[in-house]
Amino acid sequence: MGAFGYVAPGSLDEALTVLSEHASLGKRAQVLAGGTDLLVQMRGLDREPRTIVDIKKLAETNRVDIGAQEVFIGAAVPSAVLNENQALVDLYPGLLEAADLIGSTQIQGRATLGGNLCNASPAGDSIPAMIAAGAVCVIAGSGGTRELPVEDFVTGVGTNALGADEFLVGLKLPAPGPGTADAYLRFIPRTEMDIAVAGCGVSVTLDGSGKCTAARVGIGAVAPRALLVPAAAEALIGSTLDDAALQAAGEACSAAASPITDKRGTDVYRRKVVGVLCRRAAAIARDRARQA
Amino acid sequence: MSKVQVTTSINGEEMEFLCEPQQTLLEVLRETLSRTGTKEGCATGDCGACSVLVDDRLVCACLMLGVEAEGHEITTIEGIATDDGLHPLQQKFLEHAALQCGICTPGLIVAAKSLLEKHPDPDETTIRYWLAGNLCRCTGYDKIIRAVQDAAKELAHPA
Repeated sequence: MGAFGYVAPGSLDEALTVLSEHASLGKRAQVLAGGTDLLVQMRGLDREPRTIVDIKKLAETNRVDIGAQEVFIGAAVPSAVLNENQALVDLYPGLLEAADLIGSTQIQGRATLGGNLCNASPAGDSIPAMIAAGAVCVIAGSGGTRELPVEDFVTGVGTNALGADEFLVGLKLPAPGPGTADAYLRFIPRTEMDIAVAGCGVSVTLDGSGKCTAARVGIGAVAPRALLVPAAAEALIGSTLDDAALQAAGEACSAAASPITDKRGTDVYRRKVVGVLCRRAAAIARDRARQA
Repeated sequence: MSKVQVTTSINGEEMEFLCEPQQTLLEVLRETLSRTGTKEGCATGDCGACSVLVDDRLVCACLMLGVEAEGHEITTIEGIATDDGLHPLQQKFLEHAALQCGICTPGLIVAAKSLLEKHPDPDETTIRYWLAGNLCRCTGYDKIIRAVQDAAKELAHPA
């Protein structure tokens, strides 16, 4: 048994060197952002010693840039800081709602979107919302930087596409154009501090006549990983987001779901609820898009 | 086992300590620095008993490594009262009997202090949501809410 180590690199290159050295020696290194999942795992089921690589001292992971075409959110920015950024909340109300639903005020002070994604829980609230918003992962590795859509990043329950010598630097989102807005809803049996039974994020774009010209729908907690549901988006595009279109999109979400039965809900229940959440989230996104 | 040297500020006092990389800030506070006012409840970030402020942001000390305190300012329950006496929140918790066993109290007072700094005049819903991460198994919360509301009034209009 080795011992735990801790490094807080001051540059991206330094962080990558630590990761690739560990990878080549077959030693374990793990990236730390907010730590709200990692520390629980270290004291629970996964006590194996490792080198903890704290990415909170990197300029890149702390950046929030709002550009005309693109928005970048660093992987180490806590959710509370994101929700204090009114410009960001105005651009992606749905994504920020999802971030705000993760844990308590205390958790919000540390937890990050990047961490929620890398932790790859099927029920991670921000993941379907990021999928809906069209977020793309910016991944640094010893071979250079690569990009991967959020819907392709999570590979299974608790696993992601990162190589041992890579880490998530941040998320790149297309800046919403005119008539574009998002929304996220999750169902929990309480009002706060719970894990999603089902969740759905929707982003829509309306033209001047109120017709939907683009849409993205992400669902969570109803499959081993959060999913993009193209069939739901197709049901919305071309419509005025009337009840029939919302109904069809909801049915597409229910059809795409492959939920488990556990103490929080049965598979049948989750499949139904994710459709209802899609309809309601799409209606909220539509009403926001009319103002956007 | 190689210990890491950490330089930080705790309740306004510059402090250096040595800790193992995997030790939580909560363990360092209680076991290394003997600041036992911060309580351990669940140690998984669910109960809020270990709430502290890091650069004025509310966090669970059990979900932060001691080494992550490097260069930051930590405020614990021991830093809430002043030489002049108890903080209005502490006084109102006493007056409203907003505690029984007392394990959740330090965390609730630290969390409520951070609430009142951000929302000096919070309504009941705001208080309940802000304090949702602080579990109390004795009081049923009502007295806690009243104490926080009364402290907010006191801070706005000191007697």
